[in-house]
Amino acid sequence: MKKYCIDSLRSLFVRCLVAATVSVSVVSHAQLSIDIIGVGSQQIPVVVAPFAGADKESQLVASVIEADLNRSGVIKTLASAGLARLTEPNADSYSQWSGRGADAAVVGGVQAIANGQFSVSFRLLDVPKRAQLTGFVYTVTSNDLRATAHLIADAIYEKLTGDKGVFSTRIAYVAKSPGRFQLVVADSDGANATTIVSSVEPIISPAWSPDGARLAYVSFEGRKPSVYVQNTLTGERRLLINAPGNQSAPAWSPNGARIVFASSQAGGTQLYVADANGSNVRRLTNSGAIDTAPNWSPDGRIYFMSDRGGSPQIYRIAPEGGNAERVTFEGSYNANPRISPDGKSMVFVRREGGREALAVQDFASRQVQVLTSGPVDESPSFAPNGKLIVYASIYNGRGVLAAVSADGRVKQRLAASGSDVREPAWGPIPR
Amino acid sequence: MKSAQKSTLALLAATVLGVLALSGCSSTPDTPAAVTEGSRTGATTGATGTRGADTSGLPAGTNRMPATVQPATESNNSTATSRIDPALTDPRSPLSQRSIFYDYDSFVVKDEFKTMVDAHAAYLKRNPGARLVIEGNTDERGSREYNLALGQKRAEGVKRVFALLGVNESQVQTVSFGEEKPRNPAATEGAYSENRRCDLRYAGE
Repeated sequence: MKKYCIDSLRSLFVRCLVAATVSVSVVSHAQLSIDIIGVGSQQIPVVVAPFAGADKESQLVASVIEADLNRSGVIKTLASAGLARLTEPNADSYSQWSGRGADAAVVGGVQAIANGQFSVSFRLLDVPKRAQLTGFVYTVTSNDLRATAHLIADAIYEKLTGDKGVFSTRIAYVAKSPGRFQLVVADSDGANATTIVSSVEPIISPAWSPDGARLAYVSFEGRKPSVYVQNTLTGERRLLINAPGNQSAPAWSPNGARIVFASSQAGGTQLYVADANGSNVRRLTNSGAIDTAPNWSPDGRIYFMSDRGGSPQIYRIAPEGGNAERVTFEGSYNANPRISPDGKSMVFVRREGGREALAVQDFASRQVQVLTSGPVDESPSFAPNGKLIVYASIYNGRGVLAAVSADGRVKQRLAASGSDVREPAWGPIPR
Repeated sequence: MKSAQKSTLALLAATVLGVLALSGCSSTPDTPAAVTEGSRTGATTGATGTRGADTSGLPAGTNRMPATVQPATESNNSTATSRIDPALTDPRSPLSQRSIFYDYDSFVVKDEFKTMVDAHAAYLKRNPGARLVIEGNTDERGSREYNLALGQKRAEGVKRVFALLGVNESQVQTVSFGEEKPRNPAATEGAYSENRRCDLRYAGE
């Protein structure tokens, strides 16, 4: 794909969409639909004008952009009915947009060009200042129209909020239907859901490699829990290590070179570290208690849960081993720590009074904020921009995925028809 | 010797809380899956959403189907089903009891399972060729990863009791399924108490 900045017409080759969009082989039945059930108190009003050009394609691109922006919770799109299909603003359009209360407007178009390709363009406009904020032209195939719309939404989101957009990311999750477990990879809006592994035995604990190329996960297919590493593009998969006992709870090092996991190879469940190809296995903890659910912080330390102090609490340890330091002190059951991408806080599951809810702890202030109300919220995973957390929840007796903003204000629910969905893992921003 | 071993078990069980009334605890373990690694096969469904070749960069013939993994049959197990000892399934024998149930978040083998555990220990000692897998399970509450470890701790605890009763360690293996294989999928206290269990499964069963 080629992408040109509209401002300067400086051509730049974006390393195409391969990492973002490939490997759709089978569209899963477990397609997610998304309900926004809470929004931020301060939303930026944006109008996405109808896109010009090829009808079907322009509607698709504009609608994906609009849905993405709305899903963020911090942007609110305004009604666009009756607005002109424009690729460039004019004086009339600015007054129409400000009449609808828009602070920003998006115009654009999708034109069919040679060889089945399309030219997709957009401009983001500051309505009060009547000035362009950003704009690009992309040359793509019809297969990449959705991905391009996500890229445009990312650019708009970043310009308006100052934070990286995560619309071009993917989410992995497990869908359980009677007698079948499927590991599914979908776009962040639930589209293009693709089953990458299907098994009659349970699959749990998926974890993305930092480059988004591989997933580590636990499969029970060998009559016991074992860690597998699978290339999401080629489907190639292999056992991480062949060892006695259970291997579980894999997590990648920040550079993707190593994997920390839990193993019962010496009896009790303890943490081990291996190279990502399964070599150089080394025992990390020696507690005599249960040590599991590790997560590797961007600062290099490994956070995990352990009941070494009598109740399950969160600890951290250097990847070389040594003394573990206790991190949580309130509550009698704190589980599954996930460190924010900036390394400054963690989300975890707190079990209290029979309810499991997500909480966030700030490392500097040690303050804990409870984010969700349960009753069964588990398996949290940060979006790569740190602004949203996806997690597993129960709604109407079924497993659903939900997302909450890191400040707890924005909530949304992602449900799949016909199956229980659980174990979400938010993938990295494609490189 | 034997009474000394039994008193050790009684000592282990002395920490136990009150007796829990059980229902349906004599059922056989879940259908066993395979011991061997499942083989990877091609997808069973057609490729309906393949991307354009321009995005792939894959060598020709690369399999882009999802891996469909199936547990293989227990063909590698030489102790065929025909050799199952009928003594193990006689409903009048405590050997036909195969599940040990637990209190919430506990891995203590309760006193009420003493007769059954004793019987299996005696059987394993009488039959040095017999091989047993202890499968630890938990209810669905709490972290999946922690529950996997808790199920393992339960299974290891039973194995330790067998060892104290003089069973050769090489006859007994442990595995945990955590909360992933509930016997009763309901979200009720009754279901939870059925799911907090270790199942005993002899090779060949």
